Amino acid sequence: MITQIINYFQTSSGEYWIAVGQHLYISFLSLFIALIIAFPLGYLGSKNKIVSVFCQTFAQVLRIIPSLALLFILIPYIGTGVLPALIALVVLALPPLVVNIILGFNEVPDVYSEVGLSLGMSDFQLLKQISLPLALPYILNGIKLALVEVIASASLAAYIGAGGLGNLIMTGLGLYKMQYVVIGGVSVALLSLLSMLIFDFIIKKVENNDQRNYQV
Amino acid sequence: MTKEIIKFNHVNKKFGKNEVIKDLSFSINEGEFITVLGSSGSGKTTTLKMINGLETPTAGQIIVNNEDLKNANLVELRRHIGYVVQSIGLFPHMTISQNIAVTPKLLGWDQKKIDLKVKDLLEIVGLDNEEYAKRYPTQLSGGQQQRVGVARALSTNPPLMLFDEPFSALDAITRQNLQHEVKALHQKLAKKTFFFVTHDINEALYLGDRVMVMNHGQIEQFDTPDKVANHPATKYVKDLIGTIRENQAS
Repeated sequence: MITQIINYFQTSSGEYWIAVGQHLYISFLSLFIALIIAFPLGYLGSKNKIVSVFCQTFAQVLRIIPSLALLFILIPYIGTGVLPALIALVVLALPPLVVNIILGFNEVPDVYSEVGLSLGMSDFQLLKQISLPLALPYILNGIKLALVEVIASASLAAYIGAGGLGNLIMTGLGLYKMQYVVIGGVSVALLSLLSMLIFDFIIKKVENNDQRNYQV
Repeated sequence: MTKEIIKFNHVNKKFGKNEVIKDLSFSINEGEFITVLGSSGSGKTTTLKMINGLETPTAGQIIVNNEDLKNANLVELRRHIGYVVQSIGLFPHMTISQNIAVTPKLLGWDQKKIDLKVKDLLEIVGLDNEEYAKRYPTQLSGGQQQRVGVARALSTNPPLMLFDEPFSALDAITRQNLQHEVKALHQKLAKKTFFFVTHDINEALYLGDRVMVMNHGQIEQFDTPDKVANHPATKYVKDLIGTIRENQAS
């Protein structure tokens, strides 16, 4: 097995890195799109109870739907390829993002908003200078959860022809070449783990800054 | 010729069905030190928050600096009203100098002017610029933090300062020092109007040029400390003053 794996890297490392690139590309693109949707939703949710309840319920429902099922449900409507994979992954990334963004903004004590307004900040200035920096650890945590989930699930995107490391796993299963499955699976796991560690590190840095300076 | 800086005309405020302020009318002249005395739930903090538009009245008219708050640009107005609260509310992710510089930055001052102002203000509130400017709020004691709070409120040299029980979370000695300093500050900064909400009778009587005693959203008495202490207008004020006498006797 190990010789087979080494052999694979010797002969097809180009193919491997393309798969990794595709995988990361799909993951980060869907995370980015999800963030663009989730941020305004989360911000509104922290201001408005109805939006908040709606988002949280919606997020719970989305969590129940398995991502694989979602991928296949989309095929009759959008066909195969990158687009349905992106949609499925965005939907998957939304719940942790929205929930944590709402949580983050709600955790900013009211007195800071009150004082910010009293010092003559507009709503946008308040968001940029006070709410966002103070909510950042929570928001980053949401991004981390979403990213880990998206990277893991992006393997499934190969089923509908979106490429990525999932392709390796599928090929391996199809040809009964276990080294492909192992390489694909371990790579996905490593990517997830790596992104988690990087985000944990960033969050720790941000929180450290905060904790040292925190007072309510 | 005295100029009216704050005027309330038959102001009413309800939170849902809960009527906090029934019918409030008063006016305050430029340069006065007004203390507002009342127990919790008397509507004193709500009154203060209506002056800088954090709360809007349900009915009635509020005029601040000759401007009806209904038509005023609140963001602009607040940049020229100092605001100090009990919880201080220094932003934890900003240094002391950044905290003080918030409003000057919003107004687009250049960095040199801001630095000078910060230094100047820290001096006014008795903190050493070299030592404190670069620190973060948690590295300061409660009393020092509130000094910074006062400095921040003074940053744009506003004609009107609002204080919402600024010293009630501090220990007695720090509180007394700060009371003396605020009083001295008011005398030093001519023509500034201070609106100071408190539930501490001694503080109210000591600091105020005039004391507004509030109960259940209405003014019980609005007069000089001497008149309030020696000629209470209502039973409530009398009972209130009575509590100090009792304390002194015991």
